[in-house]
Amino acid sequence: MNRAGTVAWNTFREAVRDRVLYNLVFFALLMMAAAILVGQISIGIESLVIVSLGLSAISIIGLLMAVFIGVGLVYKEMDKRTLYALLAKPIQRWEFLLGKFAGLLLTLTVNTAAMALGLFAALLYVRHSFEPSDAIVLIAAYFILLKLAIIVALALLFSCFTTPLLAILFTAGIYVTGLFVQDIRGFGNITGSAALDHLAVWVSYLLPNFENFNAIAAAAHAQPIPGLLIAQNTLYAAVYCAIALVAASAIFSRRNLK
Amino acid sequence: MKPQPFHSDAHAPSHFIDADDILHKNVPMQDAAIEIEGLTKDYPVGFLLAKKRRSLDDLTMQVLPAEVFGFLGPNGAGKSTTIKLLMGLIFPTAGTARILGRPISDVRMHKDIGYLPEQPYFYDYLTAAELLDYFARFHDLTAADRRERIDRMLKKVGLDGARKIQLRKYSKGMLQRVGIAQAILHDPQVVILDEPMSGLDPIGRREVRDIILELKCNGRTVMFSTHILSDAEMICDRVGVIVGGKLRGVGRLDELVGVKVQGMEVLFELSRELPAIANPLLQKASRTGNRFRLEVPEEELYSVMEKLRGAGARILSVTQLKPTLEDYFLHLIAADQAQASAVEVSGK
Repeated sequence: MNRAGTVAWNTFREAVRDRVLYNLVFFALLMMAAAILVGQISIGIESLVIVSLGLSAISIIGLLMAVFIGVGLVYKEMDKRTLYALLAKPIQRWEFLLGKFAGLLLTLTVNTAAMALGLFAALLYVRHSFEPSDAIVLIAAYFILLKLAIIVALALLFSCFTTPLLAILFTAGIYVTGLFVQDIRGFGNITGSAALDHLAVWVSYLLPNFENFNAIAAAAHAQPIPGLLIAQNTLYAAVYCAIALVAASAIFSRRNLK
Repeated sequence: MKPQPFHSDAHAPSHFIDADDILHKNVPMQDAAIEIEGLTKDYPVGFLLAKKRRSLDDLTMQVLPAEVFGFLGPNGAGKSTTIKLLMGLIFPTAGTARILGRPISDVRMHKDIGYLPEQPYFYDYLTAAELLDYFARFHDLTAADRRERIDRMLKKVGLDGARKIQLRKYSKGMLQRVGIAQAILHDPQVVILDEPMSGLDPIGRREVRDIILELKCNGRTVMFSTHILSDAEMICDRVGVIVGGKLRGVGRLDELVGVKVQGMEVLFELSRELPAIANPLLQKASRTGNRFRLEVPEEELYSVMEKLRGAGARILSVTQLKPTLEDYFLHLIAADQAQASAVEVSGK
């Protein structure tokens, strides 16, 4: 585990030195502009607009990072052959994968936390105070982070056996279909075919259900989020990530480096 | 010596020992540092990857403890494939290998192995000191031990002054030096270097040779690949020669290339035109500026020198002509080409 931690820290350091966190500047500018404009055009619903805009920006920026950096985590190391010297050290391939996953997740956590801070600063600017219901914003940001963890695990899995471009397409494809899992399940019912119904149910269970992680509307309207949902989502993300990482490890441990 | 032209037929010149004899000496040894047995690697090729290209064919050889072993072959011969198989970077189609008695699939043994990849490339956002520290952490060294080793290694490879510069600003030669430093940082028992002299200037090459010899003095086993034969001739206890994925010979250099003197080389200068008696000699000699080079059979050396001295020539040097590793190398390749041609002709 120490070795995976060493890889994770280096992955985080790489992201920082490659100026990945510069996206925070963009987010800060967006929040400042929104805070100033909202005060002028949306009387009474300032916090709703700020929370919706802020959490959506956190989600989109995080998604872009998770997909584009995630698919390069393994491929870049193989392509540049930096992996050769590393795998000659006493480290298992699965430890390397786990380290890369944890490193990008740490980057995304820092990024999400910094953006959440920016969102609260914007809220403070427009409302001049905090309310207890603002804690829901934190839960919504946490759900976004769980969603990003699943996406990183999937991107890592695909990058173990295909090119970055295809890995981006596969990951993005799964993300989009993962937003419509309930619809896929319902599609089976309306076909009238038992086989299609079964297939639709299986596919819907196989795909990650990203709808469960969408708490932006609840946070914007200050609707409470049950503790059970938090526990369920945490467990779901952990299990899904574990399955994806085990699959990635099984593929990568048999892979010939070029 | 000046490379001798080899005939393109498959008959081996008499001064070479037959490669089969050399391979027969390649018997299994209980205490070998590296033992390779029947190692074979096929790569799928073609659009559907249905065809196979054999990159390494039934390689069997041993590297003994505390020896410097040169793994020689032209580009594409299978040297890097062998080394990557040993390091577990690729997986064999058939065969096995053990390093320090442990199978190559056991990555725990990597704590006793140092490895320099061919044309190494490292994380370019790190400095040399950071990179070495990163790699040292996988060997469970304490922070103080890591610092001490990193300082020592950077001095050893001549990069102490550049330790805080990011690797993206390093030249190819500097990267090679960092690569060597990371390979020996943890004081491994076995060091495997893939083309360690590549990209280095003459001073750098000498420094790497010194490092290899120092490792040998400290009882370490060094296996390195190269296609630059002079490097191997200078420092190797034994060499293995691989051509076209097949091991063609393994043993001491003198065993491989033979020790029989092929003739003598006489270098001389003329202060005036030679008289008629020495003219036949002059016709056999090659001329560069004012200097002449003459190859003569060993038994005729003294009479030739008498004639030259009598004619007023100044003898600059007399050297024995022995076959070199380069000759052996060229002979193997020529023999392979001849065999391929013969197969083609018989196929027609």
